[in-house]
Amino acid sequence: MRYDRPNTPGSKVQYRSRYDNFIGGEYVRPRQERYFENLSPVTGKAFCEVARSSAEDIELALDAAHGAKVAWGKTPAAERANLLNKLADLMEANLEMLAVSETWDNGKPVRETLAADLPLAIDHFRYFAGCIRAEEGSMAELDALTVAYHVKEPLGVVGQIIPWNFPLLMAAWKLAPALAAGNCVVLKPAEQTPATILLFAELAAKVLPPGVLNVVNGFGIEAGKPLASNRRIAKIAFTGETTTGRLIMQYASENLIPVTLELGGKSPNVFFADVMAHDDDFRQKALEGFGMFALNQGEVCTCPSRALIDKQIYGTFLELAIERAKASQPGDPLDTDTRVGAQASNDQLEKILSYIDIGKQEGAKVRLGGERVRLGGDLAGGYYVAPTVFEGHNKMRVFQEEIFGPVVSVATFDGFDDAISQANDTLYGLGAGVWTRDFHTAFQAGRAIEAGRVWTNCYHLYPAHAAFGGYKHSGIGRENHKMMLDHYQQTKNLLVSYDPKPMGFF
Amino acid sequence: MADPLDRIEATAAALALVRQLAATHGPLCFHLSGGCCDGSAPMCFAVGEFKLGQRDVLLGHVDGHEFWIGGDQWERWQHTTITLDVVPGRGASFSLEIPEGVRFLIRSQLCVVPPA
Repeated sequence: MRYDRPNTPGSKVQYRSRYDNFIGGEYVRPRQERYFENLSPVTGKAFCEVARSSAEDIELALDAAHGAKVAWGKTPAAERANLLNKLADLMEANLEMLAVSETWDNGKPVRETLAADLPLAIDHFRYFAGCIRAEEGSMAELDALTVAYHVKEPLGVVGQIIPWNFPLLMAAWKLAPALAAGNCVVLKPAEQTPATILLFAELAAKVLPPGVLNVVNGFGIEAGKPLASNRRIAKIAFTGETTTGRLIMQYASENLIPVTLELGGKSPNVFFADVMAHDDDFRQKALEGFGMFALNQGEVCTCPSRALIDKQIYGTFLELAIERAKASQPGDPLDTDTRVGAQASNDQLEKILSYIDIGKQEGAKVRLGGERVRLGGDLAGGYYVAPTVFEGHNKMRVFQEEIFGPVVSVATFDGFDDAISQANDTLYGLGAGVWTRDFHTAFQAGRAIEAGRVWTNCYHLYPAHAAFGGYKHSGIGRENHKMMLDHYQQTKNLLVSYDPKPMGFF
Repeated sequence: MADPLDRIEATAAALALVRQLAATHGPLCFHLSGGCCDGSAPMCFAVGEFKLGQRDVLLGHVDGHEFWIGGDQWERWQHTTITLDVVPGRGASFSLEIPEGVRFLIRSQLCVVPPA
């Protein structure tokens, strides 16, 4: 089926023509009364205007957050969990609306937003609602009359800067632990994808007290910087690239506050020879795992963009994998049969094409795709790229840099040690894939690869309760797991003496 | 500072944008990013906004403004020269040109790497 275009009579989504910031539970005009056009990458056309905020708007949001933080921090965990569960229920009741909006704002196929982005985001709030109910401090008896109590306390007000590849899901990954832990949030969405988070904020305002969640839109240098460098935040969380990651840490160092960062990767997907040992379901599963590079148009920090294939099976495996990958071609993102949608913006499209160009210059062989796709009708102005398979070697730039497009670079390896050496020959260490029928190989490869997440005989699964985060240049912190609560909490130690007598020291 | 590497060029459109930004923001500093989302894209800051590190490498100058890359990244880029270009688009990040509705972009060409 095909969903109607937003803002047409039958659509699940009717946008306002203009969006202000969401501060203190209501829309608030940006102080400088400036707005920017928000384009849909599906068509390349503008569909609403969004606040172009400045430092004054960040201050307003921080005022609201600070006004709410004492009450929210003292709200019992049971009540906070209850509200997060209600928010999840509201999202579920509006799942199609949010999914269609996310597709329109980001370009990703509605098949994915319906099956992954939204269900995962909803579950994330339920997961952290559960975690915070189950959380306990600790008590240590240091001697018969001296006890150390450890109590978790919220940080207060935190800043969060959200990427554009999974706008709502990445917001959920950051918001759920922060809110569960009792913090108030000022959140800045990415410039390309501000719309769905505002629809979400409207829902959130039905359950969360005003000021607990505040959304301020705008550009990095005008709104992101006044947030990230603000002395009124107790922590900053960011997902994006390495230069801005360094800048965020630099700002945080000025205020001596903690950061969590997720900065991407160049994930190896390693196929050992035994995946081809039988013509069975598992072989198909591995071939499907190869094709995952096209998920979300490759705009995933863990895109399996380096396929390393055992030389014993290289030719046959690659041929079958390409055959299977051919089935994923760009189409109308609002059609539930479409597997590959639009790249999120024109500059992203151009960057991908520039990488396809350098790959060709470096001598990588194009086995599939390698070009922009022009679709018809109102999609003609959209940003579509054919899933692309390069053959080459690991020193080429298309093997070393995150292209953030539906592009996989394929190389061969000779034996286990060579596989691990190539897998680890990267600046990054966020995700990796290992495919084998042998559990010794699976375990040893998984441990040897320097990455925070090694999918073993699967790929691109993002369930809550499986820690996600980077080694090397890929970032700091682990999201998607209850351990993220620690990144949004202080530890208070009460060191208590129950001895009525003086120590006799002074 | 001399340009021992001299690996950066710029298109006419990029030069015009650099001049426009410099007129507003003063001297500029570029740093080539890596990683997720807007990674592998050049970031343009007012000089002093971004703290350069000991391992950053100066690739050259664009209209007199310094263009840097992280040292680790440079090791993987050194067989290419790069051209700064600009395209329409709504990029994310803290780069100064984004409010103009355009985004700096890198185009690359292979070059001969002198033996170490």
